[in-house]
Amino acid sequence: MKNILIGTAALAMLATAALAESHSVVRLGTEGAYPPYNFINDAGEVDGFERELGDELCKRAELTCEWTTNDWDSIIPNLTSGNYDAIIAGMSITDERKDVIDFTQNYTPPSPSAFAAMSADLDLESAVISAQTGTIQAAHVTSMGGATLLEFANPDETIAAVKNGEADAVMADKDFLIPVVEESGGDMSFVGEDVALGGGIGMGFRKSDPELREKFDTAIQSMKDDGTLNALIVKHLGEDSPKF
Amino acid sequence: MEAAILTACADPSTLSGLSWLVCYLTTGKHMAFYGSFGTVLLLLAVTAPVALGFGFAAAMAARSRIWPLSWFGRGYIAIVRGVPDIAFFLFFVIALDQFFEWLRHEVKCPDWDQPVWQGNDFVVCSAAKLPLNNSAQWVHEAYGFSLAVITFAIVFGAFAANVLYGAMRAVPRAQLETAEAYGMTQRQTFWRILVPQMWVYALPGLSNLWMVLIKATPLLFLLGVEDIVYWARELGGSKTAKFTDYPHGDWRMWYFLALLVFYLAFTWVSEKVLNRLMARLTHGQATVGGEAQRKTVGKAA
Amino acid sequence: MSCWDTVQMYALRSLGYGERLLPRDDFTICQQVTLIGSGMMWNVYFGVLALAAGFFLATALALGKASPQLWLRKPAQWFIFVFRGSPLFIQFFFAYFAFLSLKQLSPLFDPFSSAWMGALVVLFLNTAAYSGEIFHGALMSVPKGDMEAADAYGFTGWARFRKITWPTMLRLAWPAYTNEAIFLFHATTLVFFSGFPARQQKGDALYYANYFADKTFNPFIPYPILAGYFILVTLVIIGVFGLVNRRLNRHLPVARKMRMRLRAPLMR
Repeated sequence: MKNILIGTAALAMLATAALAESHSVVRLGTEGAYPPYNFINDAGEVDGFERELGDELCKRAELTCEWTTNDWDSIIPNLTSGNYDAIIAGMSITDERKDVIDFTQNYTPPSPSAFAAMSADLDLESAVISAQTGTIQAAHVTSMGGATLLEFANPDETIAAVKNGEADAVMADKDFLIPVVEESGGDMSFVGEDVALGGGIGMGFRKSDPELREKFDTAIQSMKDDGTLNALIVKHLGEDSPKF
Repeated sequence: MEAAILTACADPSTLSGLSWLVCYLTTGKHMAFYGSFGTVLLLLAVTAPVALGFGFAAAMAARSRIWPLSWFGRGYIAIVRGVPDIAFFLFFVIALDQFFEWLRHEVKCPDWDQPVWQGNDFVVCSAAKLPLNNSAQWVHEAYGFSLAVITFAIVFGAFAANVLYGAMRAVPRAQLETAEAYGMTQRQTFWRILVPQMWVYALPGLSNLWMVLIKATPLLFLLGVEDIVYWARELGGSKTAKFTDYPHGDWRMWYFLALLVFYLAFTWVSEKVLNRLMARLTHGQATVGGEAQRKTVGKAA
Repeated sequence: MSCWDTVQMYALRSLGYGERLLPRDDFTICQQVTLIGSGMMWNVYFGVLALAAGFFLATALALGKASPQLWLRKPAQWFIFVFRGSPLFIQFFFAYFAFLSLKQLSPLFDPFSSAWMGALVVLFLNTAAYSGEIFHGALMSVPKGDMEAADAYGFTGWARFRKITWPTMLRLAWPAYTNEAIFLFHATTLVFFSGFPARQQKGDALYYANYFADKTFNPFIPYPILAGYFILVTLVIIGVFGLVNRRLNRHLPVARKMRMRLRAPLMR
């Protein structure tokens, strides 16, 4: 008991010793498991479209940023309780989420979600479809009538389930599925129509933190205006991904 | 050595066989994976004594004659033991973090006029943040780690309290009566007679608790600590050539196999050490102790 | 919509009956209590069946581990070591992988990749290992005098085991076995959390608690509800096991009964 109090006190003092004004460092929270948007590279660092985008936005907004990873499940509660200041994790702008946090304008156009399967002539209406728990795709599958939803905790497992036959198809953001389908050597292919879900991807902020959101919003706008955002989209998400 | 590896691994796509594997196993990400074994061991090393402390305090509270204290001790033991540890981990860390920040907020920013809860947002003044936003990354990690330690300690403290409470009552009544007859005060009886004797009764339960604690560490990733399971999943998942220099299929099986070996080995070593400790604790005890030794060695083996 | 309507819609949702779509907005406490309670049925299902089946395997393992025969003792020792020495998390992972590959061999294994069967098997083996160790410990501490008395009365073989050794072993093991039962019920929350996928949103209590935490972005309501349910279950277990304990100890004088209770170590 005593030890822990001393430990915490020591930490608190350390934290205080490193004093400076508020918001001099902005902490960006991401999942680190959703390529090409964000993933952990071979060196163990956050990498991908959002890494490059986030760093550029911080530069334009003249902020110092730190990256941190958090489990997808608790990514919003940890933002609202102040463990980091922004979410930049391939998070689609939805009404549900807007009740709790504020988004910047989108930094990718509403991009389609798609189904990928091992056989091209699959009837999606009666198929078993895997999706990551708590995503807009999982919510969509539940409203598809005859389809059966199979939920997994992380995106890798949803793909693995299709490969091992547990699920007939996987539903996810098309940008996430494109490299998977390409690399599968013809085993997997897109099936059915793409579905437009959500209002594009944006950065999430606490509702009580409008100034910070404003800064990033302005930075995103400036990247849209000078075409650098489109260039980033092409570089990371591919030629076919919708642009502004 | 390191420099040699770095240059040799500059272009992994040209490598094959053993040299590919060597390069693969020495990426920064793998280093983080190896480091996380240290994190888990450190967590166990810190949590065990802290949890024991919590348990001891709670067992004493439960025995207390002051009823609010006794009521509190019993309530803590009963409630925390009744709840699955995952359910606890899923919301408790955020609550604990908010509690600490709120305390600091009250002290550091007394003239803050906005509410702490604004809708869903928990907002404290920036001087009360734990750790401060601009402190180094390692401070954030150390803070996350200490929150994990406290959470584990609270959960396992309740189980330890249960064991210690039983052990305190298992010390033969006659021993305490003799102490009182010699004119010792309650306090002296407790610290000089009861506490030294109870460990023999408590050790089988405590060593089992240690085994449970080891096996609860895969839940660490729920507490935001990047532990061995997090990295094993991250490394094992199939990787396409676009995002890594070392593309591979679904290798989670191999990484989890490594974890399995780690846990089995660790359990094996723990059992050996605990058996030796038990033999030592009962050594030289009266005939009842010898009898107890025979029994407990059988149980723990 | 009244709370009673919600109960009718969702009380059996975890089994696939009632309203197909889970609530999506305007979440009420009533919905959370009902759905998490509905999920509890799976926790109870896994807990009760695994415990009941595990009891018999545990007895066999305890006898195996105590056996003088090497070919009986070694497998029992290894089984207990592997299942007690590794986290349930990892056992679920391997079991799911193994069942998926067995499925390719024969349709006989189809149900095993679903939670209701596959997870039950893992929990059964896991609890058998832990209980087996507890029973083994108890078997080792059956008083020598009891066995000698049995010999004197001419008990041998099966009759001696059934009438003397086994009841005494159970009596000694019971407090620790109660703890094991509590732990097992807690462990059932891992089934959908890390082991097996949830199909058509049919999951256990933790699954629904997680769902609500995810949708309302507020973990402070669903998880305490879940905790409340588990405290109830734990109380029931302690009650039921306490009754059995009384029955097992009914022949003992009061003073010794007390001592038995106090010596209860936590075994797991």
